[in-house]
Amino acid sequence: MPCQSKNDIPKTVKVLDIKSENPFVKTFTLDISVGAQPGQFVMIWIPRLNEKPFSVAFDDGNELKIAIAAVGEFSNAMHDLKVGDKVGVRGPYGKPFEYEDSEHLAVIGGGYGAAPLYFLAHEAVERGCKVEFVVGARNKENLLFLNRAGMLADTNVHVATDDGSEGHKGYNVPLLEKLMDEGLKVDRMLTVGPEMMMIAVSDLALKHDLPCQVSVERYMKCGFGVCGQCVVDESGMPTCLKGPVMDHKLAREQVEFGKYHRDRVGRKQEW
Amino acid sequence: MDLSIVYANVHFPNPIVLASGILGVTGNSLKNVIENGAGGVTTKSIWLEEHLGHPNPTMMGNEHFFVNAVGLPDAGIEKAKDEIGTYMNWYNSQDKKAPLIASIVAGKISDFAEIAEKIAELKPHAIEVNISCPNVEDELGKPFACDRDQAAEVTKIVKKRTNGEYPIVVKLSPNVNNLTEIAKAVEAAGADGITAFNTFGPGMVIDIETAQPVLANKVGGVSGPGLKPLVVKGIFDLYEAVKIPIIGTGSVLTGRDAIELMMAGATLVGVGTAVYYRGNDVFGKIAQEMEEWCDENDVKDMSEIVGRSHRV
Ligand SMILES: Cc1cc2nc3c(=O)[nH]c(=O)nc-3n(C[C@H](O)[C@H](O)[C@H](O)COP(=O)(O)OP(=O)(O)OC[C@H]3O[C@@H](n4cnc5c(N)ncnc54)[C@H](O)[C@@H]3O)c2cc1C
Ligand SMILES: Cc1cc2nc3c(=O)[nH]c(=O)nc-3n(C[C@H](O)[C@H](O)[C@H](O)COP(=O)(O)O)c2cc1C
Ligand code: FES
Repeated sequence: MPCQSKNDIPKTVKVLDIKSENPFVKTFTLDISVGAQPGQFVMIWIPRLNEKPFSVAFDDGNELKIAIAAVGEFSNAMHDLKVGDKVGVRGPYGKPFEYEDSEHLAVIGGGYGAAPLYFLAHEAVERGCKVEFVVGARNKENLLFLNRAGMLADTNVHVATDDGSEGHKGYNVPLLEKLMDEGLKVDRMLTVGPEMMMIAVSDLALKHDLPCQVSVERYMKCGFGVCGQCVVDESGMPTCLKGPVMDHKLAREQVEFGKYHRDRVGRKQEW
Repeated sequence: MDLSIVYANVHFPNPIVLASGILGVTGNSLKNVIENGAGGVTTKSIWLEEHLGHPNPTMMGNEHFFVNAVGLPDAGIEKAKDEIGTYMNWYNSQDKKAPLIASIVAGKISDFAEIAEKIAELKPHAIEVNISCPNVEDELGKPFACDRDQAAEVTKIVKKRTNGEYPIVVKLSPNVNNLTEIAKAVEAAGADGITAFNTFGPGMVIDIETAQPVLANKVGGVSGPGLKPLVVKGIFDLYEAVKIPIIGTGSVLTGRDAIELMMAGATLVGVGTAVYYRGNDVFGKIAQEMEEWCDENDVKDMSEIVGRSHRV
């Protein structure tokens, strides 16, 4: 039968730990493993409120971590949770990052993008890769997962802040470009963050003729390719199935990439 | 073999049409469904004004069932113009032409008149009148499809306000005990076709860890493979009751399922939930399986199998 052993009903689990990463982001450890790979996402349900998509920030086969920025009703309700409260989880959904063992990777993050990239770097190092962890934020307060990334073997952390309160003053992509101009060689670029930043990464990859994957995040309801809320123009493909992680060339074929996305009722919204 | 078939004077390259509310948010998404093998598409149900729909969770499923309470979110007719326009432009550039059925919805009979008039301006190939959504009852009350007179009244007004220029297909609810009476009333009121069915129920899923209903709307329409005998029986009865053609919709996952609905009396076969079970290229898979079966069984023309079970 085509429908063997499917289950996309949220499973409720306990919040085991909550950690404030910075004034805007908290990491939640949940009592479940969904067997996720870096780049995939889960749907998190708070009963009677809503259910929203979040990237997996870690999954070690026992516990699941997600890092959530407080931006609206649902994410603020997450920040109000206490250890021992229950949330629903379903997934994992979407395509993960792809790379080969023992490569030299540049992973480039902005905003909460650093969280899934830390998971990626952790796994990549175990697979014999060397990692350049390049993160950017408005200021020092907004940086995320730096200490943890700094403790990984074979990983160099590079930091840029808009105001220079930590690391290089300016954006993170020009920082990486400078390092590459000075002789840094990588085999592949992998990025999660604001679309304008990912476009800058993609430009750099094109310039150096390197493979590159980006994470395209659209409004998601089902997460499994049915509702059609997360489709992109002009291919019309659902990003929950064909993404969020996809080849940068495929992303740039989508006319809306870097320009607009759609809201809850499907209306276009500029970034 | 050629799988094409004519429904209410509209030519479809194959009988598999996308059901309303699945992958129907944008014109390009509808295009993508055709590229994945469907013979036609139904838009999601379009309102006059923006309609938010329910919060998430709006849908979930397992190998046995699927429930949804999306609550008909839509940006309204203005946005629909752009999306249908996108589809129509693409349609006009194609050799293999897969028609678009525009689904409309309203809470009041007078709003049905207005949305019908506006949708007709966009020249869809047919108009499907959704009077049977089971997950907006809190807001709209019992669906019109559950009342013979109201179902007929909506049909009449939509037919009138579109000047009889478009095939009007009325989407029925399976959740009634006078199905054939309602169908006859809708036919007498001028409907050119029937879609059978919308989802069943509504039903409910409870999370036993928290004792909470999982759908934000608490209740939602039920679909999925186990409902097929009910869908087949309903279509079988309708085929005997009315002369207008039927879009058989509900529980189809495979080519064999689609052929079963056609033998019961469907001319076209709507496919929605199967996207969950078999992926977004399910339309082409089903069409391919139908073709193989028809070749093996010496079917020359798809119309041969429509209602075959009534002739044996
Ligand atoms: C694949 C994917 C991975 C994500 N990973 C993370 C993550 O690791 N950490 C994190 O903090 N956030 C992540 N997000 C974004 C997160 O889903 C939204 O921030 C959250 O849904 C906001 O809900 P809210 O009610 O707090 O805010 P709202 O006020 O409802 O919305 C604030 C903004 O969030 C976006 N948003 C709202 N609902 C959704 C939705 N259902 N799907 C997508 N975007 C939405 C909209 O752009 C909106 O403008 C991810 C989104 C996607 C699609
Ligand atoms: C997620 C989802 C959304 C739906 N939205 C609509 C809708 O907007 N309008 C409508 O007439 N029917 C809607 N339906 C009902 C379907 O069009 C169809 O009638 C029903 O699901 C049975 O067919 P299936 O088993 O192939 O899904 C929806 C069904 C699902 C599963
Ligand atoms: S979130 Fe529903 S199709 Fe992608």
